[in-house]
This record gives sequence, C-alpha cells and structure tokens, in this order.
Amino acid sequence: MKNLGEMLLQREAFSEIVMGNTAIVRAMIEAGTRVVTSYPGSPTPEIASAIAAIKKEDRPFYFEFSTNEKVATEVAYGAAVNGHLSTVFFKSVGLNVASDTFVQLNLMNLIGGMVVVLGDDPGANSSQNEQDNRHFARMSYTPIFEPANPTEVYHFYKAAAALAQQLHIPVILRLTTHVCHAKEKVAFAAWQPAVFDKTPRFDVKNGPYMPLTSLVFPMKRRALQNLGQLASMSEKIGQHQRVDNQNRQKGIITFGLPYLSLLDVLEESGGKPDIFKLGMIYPLPTDMLAEFLRSHEEVLVLEELDDLIEGEIKRIAFERQIKVKIHGKTDVESWVGEYTADKVSGILRNLWPEMAAAAPASPAAPLQVPARPAQMCPGCGHRSAFHAIKQALAPVDIKVADIGCHTLGFMPPYNMGEMLMCMGASTGIAAGLSLFNDSRRVVCFLGDSTFFHAGIPGIINALFNRHNITLIVMENGTTAMTGHQDHAATGRNFNDLTEKIPVRSVLEGLGIKHIFEVDTYQQQKLTDAVKEAVAVEGFAVVIAKHPCMLKLMREQRRKDSFQAKMVSIDKKTCNHQHTCVSSFACPTFVMNPDGSVDVNPDLCIGDGSCLQTCPSKAINRPQNREGGKE
Amino acid sequence: MSVFNVYLSGVGGQGIGLISEVMQRSVDHAGIKALGVDTHGLAQRGGIVASQLRIGDSIHSPMVSRGKADLVVALERHEAVRAAGEYLKKNGTLVYYNTSWQPLPVRMNKAEEIQTAQVAKFCQSNGFRLIEVYQSDLPDPRMQNMALLAAICRNNLLAGVRKEHYIAAMRDLMSGKMLEANLGLFERLLLA
Repeated sequence: MKNLGEMLLQREAFSEIVMGNTAIVRAMIEAGTRVVTSYPGSPTPEIASAIAAIKKEDRPFYFEFSTNEKVATEVAYGAAVNGHLSTVFFKSVGLNVASDTFVQLNLMNLIGGMVVVLGDDPGANSSQNEQDNRHFARMSYTPIFEPANPTEVYHFYKAAAALAQQLHIPVILRLTTHVCHAKEKVAFAAWQPAVFDKTPRFDVKNGPYMPLTSLVFPMKRRALQNLGQLASMSEKIGQHQRVDNQNRQKGIITFGLPYLSLLDVLEESGGKPDIFKLGMIYPLPTDMLAEFLRSHEEVLVLEELDDLIEGEIKRIAFERQIKVKIHGKTDVESWVGEYTADKVSGILRNLWPEMAAAAPASPAAPLQVPARPAQMCPGCGHRSAFHAIKQALAPVDIKVADIGCHTLGFMPPYNMGEMLMCMGASTGIAAGLSLFNDSRRVVCFLGDSTFFHAGIPGIINALFNRHNITLIVMENGTTAMTGHQDHAATGRNFNDLTEKIPVRSVLEGLGIKHIFEVDTYQQQKLTDAVKEAVAVEGFAVVIAKHPCMLKLMREQRRKDSFQAKMVSIDKKTCNHQHTCVSSFACPTFVMNPDGSVDVNPDLCIGDGSCLQTCPSKAINRPQNREGGKE
Repeated sequence: MSVFNVYLSGVGGQGIGLISEVMQRSVDHAGIKALGVDTHGLAQRGGIVASQLRIGDSIHSPMVSRGKADLVVALERHEAVRAAGEYLKKNGTLVYYNTSWQPLPVRMNKAEEIQTAQVAKFCQSNGFRLIEVYQSDLPDPRMQNMALLAAICRNNLLAGVRKEHYIAAMRDLMSGKMLEANLGLFERLLLA
C-alpha cells in the first residue's frame, strides 16, 4: 500500500493521483509553511486527513483544529506576526464566523505571510447556502487565487504563499467543492527541508498592530496601496492563461472549475472562442483584460455564483470607452448552482448555440425511483433520542435544529427540528421564539462540537436573560458529520492527549440549575427527562448522550475480540405494527410487500436499541454472526 | 483515444470510494489519463453517494454530464436505476450489485421497492446493456464492491485495462489482511 504520509515528505520529485485537498498539503510543505489551523467543515476536512497521514514527529509544520474558525484565524495570525508563514482553512460559511478577525488582517503587517484557504460550495453540496466569498475579499482588500484542478491547487498555493511572504499580506486561495475533491495525477517538485529560525520576531516597530481611531487610516491606506500594486503585478504573477483561437468575434473570460466545464463543452461542439482564464481573480489585471475586450466584438463573462467579475469588466469597458458587447448573467438561474458542463452548455445554447454541446437526452422509458434522503446510521444514538423526545412533546411545540448529524432529525418520521440557521444559533433563536409565548413550548438542539464552537454565548444569554426554553445537547463524543474530529470534551486534540472539558462541567460551572443527563438508548428515561425539563419555568438543559456508533463500530471491528451481531424478527409474534421500520425507522429494517418485516444483514450492527420500540416485543435480542471484522 | 465516462453510484457506507479509486488507478496503470471525483460530507450518512470517472486524452473536468456516461456502476438496485436513468447514454452499460437498501419512503410504506425484473425491463426498453452481479457466498457485505470490480474486469468494461492493472491499483490502496481478502475474492471471481 502506498503510504500517503511518506509520499508527502518525499525529497525527490514525483507524480501521484491525489485529490485537491491532498495536493495542497505537499504545497504547504514545499512552501515552508510553519503553522496551519482549521475547524472541520466540508469540503475541506480531507486536508487535515492528509496532514494526519504524516507522523506527528515528522510533520514539518504545526497543525491544530481550533474550537472554531475565528479562533483558528487568530492562531494563524498570531503565528504570522511572529514571522511564521501560516495558513488557515475552513468551509465557506466558516468565513462568516471568522470574519470579525479576517476583515482586519489586511490592516496588519503580516511579516511571516498568511494564506487563507476557503472551501466554497457552489451547488450547496454540504452547506446551508451557496455564499460567494469573493465578496469578503473585496470588503477586506484581499487578493484571491482560484485554481481549477488539483494541479493548480498545488501551484496556486505556492504562488499565494510567495506573494503573502513578499508583501506581508493575507492571500486567499479559493477552492470549490469539486476542486477540493477532484482526483488527478499531479507532478510534484523536489523538496529540501529548510532549517527554520524559531526566534519570535514580533515587534511593534513592524506595526502598528493597534487599529484604533486615527491609526486606522494609515493602515487602510497601506492595504489599498497593496491592492493597487497587486493589480499591476497581476499580469506577471497572476497565473493567467490565454487560449488564442484567432477568434476576433467571440471571447470568453472565466476561471476555476467552470473553465474546465467550458473546455469539455467545446470539445464536443467544436466551438473555438478565444478564452481568458484568470488565475488571480482579485484584483484583476485590468490592462490585459482591456486588451482582450478591445480585440473581440463580443465577450462572455462565464462566472459561477455572483456577478462580481462581470461588473468589473463592464467598468473597464466603460472607463476606457471600449466598443464591445459584454454578456453576463441573464436570469436568476445564472446565479444559482454549480457551473457544470451541462450548465455551461445551457448558457452557450442561449447565446452562441453553435458552441453548445448536445442537450442531454432523457431515457425513453423512465422508471420512478423512491427518493433517498440522507439519514442517521444504523444504531445512531440520535435516532433513539428523536424517537424518545417526540413522545415528550406536543405537535405545536417549536423545535429548533442546529448544525450536525442531528440536523437529520428534521426529516420524517421524526420531524424534530423545524428550522435551521447556522452553527450554534439554535439557543438564541429559541429564546426569541419564547417571548410573548405562553402556549407553545420551545425546544432547541445543539451538538457537542458546536457547543464549544458557537453554542456557549447563546446558552449564557438564555441564563443571563432568564429565557424559558429547553436546550437538548446531542452529545455523541465527536465531530461526526465531518469525519470524527476530536473536540474539547473528547480528551484528545489533533496532536496529543489533553484534559477533557466535559459539556456538563461547563453547564454546571455556569450555574444552570436544571440539568438532566440520559443515555439516549434509555428511551423511556429520556422521554421522562424531556417532559420534566420542558415543565421547568426557566432554562433547562437535557444532555442526550450516546457515542457515535459509526465511530465506535469502526474501533470495535479492529479488535481481535470483535464479534458481529444482528437482531432478527420473531415472525410469529410480529403483528405488523411497523414501529421499528416506519416510526423508529432504522434503515436496517426491511418492509416486505406482504407487510411482514425483515432485517437487512448488510446494515444491522446488532446494537439492539430497537428492541424497546416494538409494542409486541417481536424483535429478538442480537445474536452472534459471521464476519464484519476489519 | 476517445472519451469514456463512468458514473458510479451507491448508498453511503457501501464502499464506493474504494472501487472508484481502484478504477481510476487501474486506468492510470494502463497508461491512460483519468480524472475522478467523489462525494464527501453530508450525503455519506445513508444518502446517495456518487463518484465520477472520466477516461481519455481530451477530458478536462472530472464531472460526467447527464446522459453521457458510457458505463454506470451501481452498488445498489435503486441507485442503479436512478443513476442509469439520469446518466447512462443509449447503448451504454449498467453493471450493478443486486442488493437492496430500502429508501425511507419504501420503509414507511409510501413507495414500492424496485424489483430485479423491473431493472431488466428498464434496461431493455432504453437500450442499455445490463450486467447484474450477485454473489451469495461473500464473507462480508463490504466486499460487494470487489464483486463488482471483478465483473468489470471479466467483461472488459474498461478498454485497455487488464487484470494486472486492477491488481496493481488494489496493491496501491490496501495492505495486510484486507488486501489478501479482497485480492483473493477478485481472482476467484475472475475465474468464475
């Protein structure tokens, strides 16, 4: 088996099939990055998986998962002003959390340089919106590089790091979901480990680092001067690419993954426009683009999500009085979704039909397939929790969800969660819903990693302002949805064992008087606890805990002593009430056309949490079975 | 060479990531350019997961367009029909492992499970070549992906990619008992 960790540290040049999230780690190593921080979130957590593949003692840089994206940004900033090249990475909406710190970075003289890696998510594959973080770059005068594939991820990170070190600034590397996860053979350069000077170089003389009152203006002027300098440097350092097909009629300006979609469409249609593919997408190389506009009769700006570059291009044409027809966004749909080859082809079909690919044909005889929404795993403690909590609440009670695997409780048959905003927002929203409200009880959910990330201020507010709500902490002992990263209560950080900070201790320390703690597999006890909690006048917390069974089973399977088990249905006793398959709804249960129920051996983990749900006691205790070992 | 598009689909937890990476690396071992991309994140929890693999010189994005896959590989019956309906081109091939992980509406008695015979009829009426895979004696359900891989190799579904290329790819990605077990099964099924 190829060893990813050893491969990433290889001294000689090599080529390997890797995803974008792996290619960036080799780039960090080659660039001499010293400090890397993050909070897990799709599409970026596999960057940390690649870092984890390198033995801790061999890792050429420090890495940590911080408690949230803002703290991660601050740790990377602190390292940068001490002279170390640093990097922070997180998902699209992570920048909202980090923004209070992030928007200030451009004011500071980052003597070590800093790269901010953003995982934007056009298509909302695993996020609550499609926000286009290029807006943040404009607001904070921060340059952006945007790669289209893993090879460019590798090269553009190194370009971004070099620029950050040269000008002592933050530089954004904007990735999108299918650039992070694309896999291709990347040619990596040789690497010679450098000897680093550990001297802490922080010095106020490099500052000022105090953006207060009149000091803000010189700092802002410097940031704007940097931006002007970057625009003039862009032609040389911007990694731009021109496809010159000698087409003086039609040109296309684009960047990132949509560029590759465009090339695929043109392969099929045989269309030959000239193409200007941007590498550094902010600030723009205005002279080069003006020249491109001048040399074409019509130019299409092919831009995923929002119309930032289109606006800039129109401004260039207007200010320089260039006679050219500029095409951009046409309707709402052109602002929505990922620019796949299908989407790009649709845009071209409306504008320049000869360049579009054949429209996809639907099958002549379609067959309707039932939808398959994501759901909780077999044995998931959250399933037991939602099944039990549902018995304790009235249909009119208001249930506020939060981010995590437990968000999935909003779906049928549980319907536990009727609204969702962002990390840690549930408690604050619940407080607002409780005002002037004497008839509908308000319950909110929160995961344990989210508790530490952004949950605590809302909890303190509920206590401080005496809100009458019930918080249910869904504690599964890990950051499950993003791949089982540790958090402050697990007793382990990315690098070492560490002191646990138990959720319950924090709540007790705050002086919360009504705390109920129940293992979710004890469903009746949990139902009773929630009934009691919602009856409390004031703020009550239920800790509904059970370890993530996906993680636990993986650990168990590696043990020699592991014995696979599964439940079965006693067909004589089963009277087809379907609680297990339709209400508790563990994916393990199979609904037969005759109404009888079976157990899918591919899925059952033999946890037995279903036994208590059957009104006729027709589920047999888990029995030993073959296989399943890792 | 011309472009060859593969769309892989299954349910989160079935091991689609391994089979897609073995296939991409097999193509690479055969000296042919390949691009791939997998689903990560939210959908992995019991939802639909897809991987895409594009093969050939004139490919750019790793993503397959709708109705333009030459081959659909599915690890589950419902997802076989869903993926083929959306992605497979006429005269393309559907190879799927015939197991059913019932979607929620079926378990809630709000929709009917897709049956094996329906898949065959669906393929016949749409001009899809169908290869159904099922192996009753697998030591572990998590090896269904290897049974599919063996069927892909045996039927020569990836032109120019031979047994030794698949084995080299498996050796890139697995070791120890896992490699032994998967390799053993793969070779046994090739002879079957």
